[in-house]
Amino acid sequence: MKKPHICEILDKQELTENTFDMVVSFPQSALPGQFIHVLCGEGVLLRRPMSICDAGRGWLRFIFDVRGEGTKRLAQHKIGDSLDILGPLGTGFNIEKKGEDTPIVLGGGIGIFPLLMLAKSLGKNTEAILGFRTKSLIIMEDEFNEACAHTHITTDDGSYGICGLVTDCLTNRISKGDVSSVYACGPMPMMKAVKKITEASGIYCELSLEQRMGCGIGACAVCVCKSNGEYLKVCQNGPVFDAREVDFDD
Amino acid sequence: MTDLSVNIAGVKLKNPIITASGTFGNGREISEYYDLSQLGAVCVKAITLKPRQGNPPPRIAETPSGILNSVGLQNGGIDYFLKYELPNLKRYDTKVIANISGSTVEENCELARRLGRDVDLIELNISCPNVKQGGVSFGTDPKIAAEITARVKESCAVPLIVKLSPNVTDITEIAKAAENAGADALSLINTLLGMKIDVNTRRPVLANNTGGLSGPAVKPVAVRMVWQVFLCTRLPIIGMGGIMTGEDAAEFMIAGASAVAVGTANLVTPTAALNVKNELVGYLEKRGIKNVSELIGSVLAY
Repeated sequence: MKKPHICEILDKQELTENTFDMVVSFPQSALPGQFIHVLCGEGVLLRRPMSICDAGRGWLRFIFDVRGEGTKRLAQHKIGDSLDILGPLGTGFNIEKKGEDTPIVLGGGIGIFPLLMLAKSLGKNTEAILGFRTKSLIIMEDEFNEACAHTHITTDDGSYGICGLVTDCLTNRISKGDVSSVYACGPMPMMKAVKKITEASGIYCELSLEQRMGCGIGACAVCVCKSNGEYLKVCQNGPVFDAREVDFDD
Repeated sequence: MTDLSVNIAGVKLKNPIITASGTFGNGREISEYYDLSQLGAVCVKAITLKPRQGNPPPRIAETPSGILNSVGLQNGGIDYFLKYELPNLKRYDTKVIANISGSTVEENCELARRLGRDVDLIELNISCPNVKQGGVSFGTDPKIAAEITARVKESCAVPLIVKLSPNVTDITEIAKAAENAGADALSLINTLLGMKIDVNTRRPVLANNTGGLSGPAVKPVAVRMVWQVFLCTRLPIIGMGGIMTGEDAAEFMIAGASAVAVGTANLVTPTAALNVKNELVGYLEKRGIKNVSELIGSVLAY
C-alpha cells in the first residue's frame, strides 16, 4: 500500500529572495516531471504540489517560490524538521520521445524547476532555454550548464543573456534544423506559444501543466485541464501532457 | 471488543465511517492507500445519466480552515459507472452508496431505476451548489424537496438517503418534508455557498465565481444542523462537514448522526477516513464505550 512519507529536511537554501531550495530524505525513486504533494504546516489545510527538481537514492530536491500562505508556511521549516509528503505522483516526461537529434528543455520562471532532472535524463546533447524576468532572479544556470550541451538564458529586460522571450529563442533555435523534441514548463501564455511553434514545425513537444490542486492523486477531479474537448486531471493524467493533446482556447 | 456497527435504514454498516461523495472519486485511487473493506460504506462521486464535463478550472481555493470547490459534478455517466466503476467497488467488503445528481426529477428517477439493487443505498443529491439545473434548487424549497423525494422513492429498489443543503433558512423544514415524502435517511450537510476574490486582480479565485465551502470551517454549522434535524425527524442521519479526526466523528454522532462521512479530509490525506475510524475506536475504548451506537444523539443539551 502507498502511504504519505515523513521526510527530514536535509538541506535548505534561499536561492534568491523568496525562492527556496529544499532537499529532503525520500524513500522512493522518482521520474522527471513527477511531483510531490506537501503538507505545509499548521494553519494550511491543503497540500501544495511541488515539481521534483532532482532526486537520487534516498533523497529528493524541490524548489519553490513563496507565493501564498502555503508556500510561506513551508519556507519557515528548518533543516532537521520533518515534512509529510505524498508522492512521487503523476505522469512525468516521456524521454523515449526525445528523438535522434537535439532535445530542448524550455522553462519560464518557476517552470524551470522540473527541467533539471529531465535534462540529466535526456543526455548530454540536450539544450536548455531558460527565461527569467531579470538578471537578479537567475538561478541554476551552472547546474543546467553542467547537464546540457548549451544553456540559453533570456531575460525580459535584457539585463542578462538574450533580451526577450524564451519562445523567440525557441523559434530561432528550431530554425537551425536539428531540434527533435521540446519539453516545456512555464506560464500558460508561454505554453500556448510553445505548442503553436512546435506544431508548426512538426516537432514532438510535451508540456508540464500547473493547476490549483486538491487531493493530488486523481480522486477529487479538481485540477483539470482541457484535452481534446474533455477535462483531464492534471495530477493523474499529467502534469505532463503531449502538447497536441492540450486545448488552450477556452 | 467495541461494536462499531450501525444501522442506516435497515442496511447494517460494519462501522459508521463513510467517504463523502465527490472527495473519493470511485475509490480507485484511495484504494491504493488502504483496503476499502475497512470502511462502513463508500459514497461514490455524483452520477448523472450522461457524462458531465463539470465547470472550468480553477475549481478549488483554500480559505481559512476550509476549501471552496466548484467541480460541477464531472463524472462519466451511469453507463460508465455500472460497467466500469461499480464492479471494481463490489470487490470490497463494504456497502456502496450511489450519489445521484440528475438535473431533473425524471433523470433522478431514471438513475434510481438503472441502479436497481446493484448498490446498497442511493443518496439523492438535492444540494449541489455548483450546477445551473437541479442541485440545490431542489433542496431549498420544502415542496420541491418533497416532490422529488416522493418521485425518486417510487423508483428506488433500495433505501433512499436525501442529501440536504445548508443554504436554507430552516433545515428542519426540508428535513421534515423529505421524511414525510418517504426518505429513508438523511445526509447533511452539503457545502455552503461561498466566494473568494483575489484582491490584487479583483478576480474570483474560482472560474465559476462561487463554490461550495467545506472543511473544518463549516463543522459547527454542520453539527448544529445535524442536532436540529435529529430533534425533528425519526430518520437516521449521516452527518458530515469538516470531519478531520475521530473526535469530530464522535461529535457528529453525539449530535444525532447514526454514521458520518469524511470529505475534505480525503483531499488532505488519502488515508483520512481510515485514520478517523481508528481514532474513533480509540475514543470509544478510552471511555469504555462498548457500542458506538450509544453515542447517537446522546448530547446533554442545556
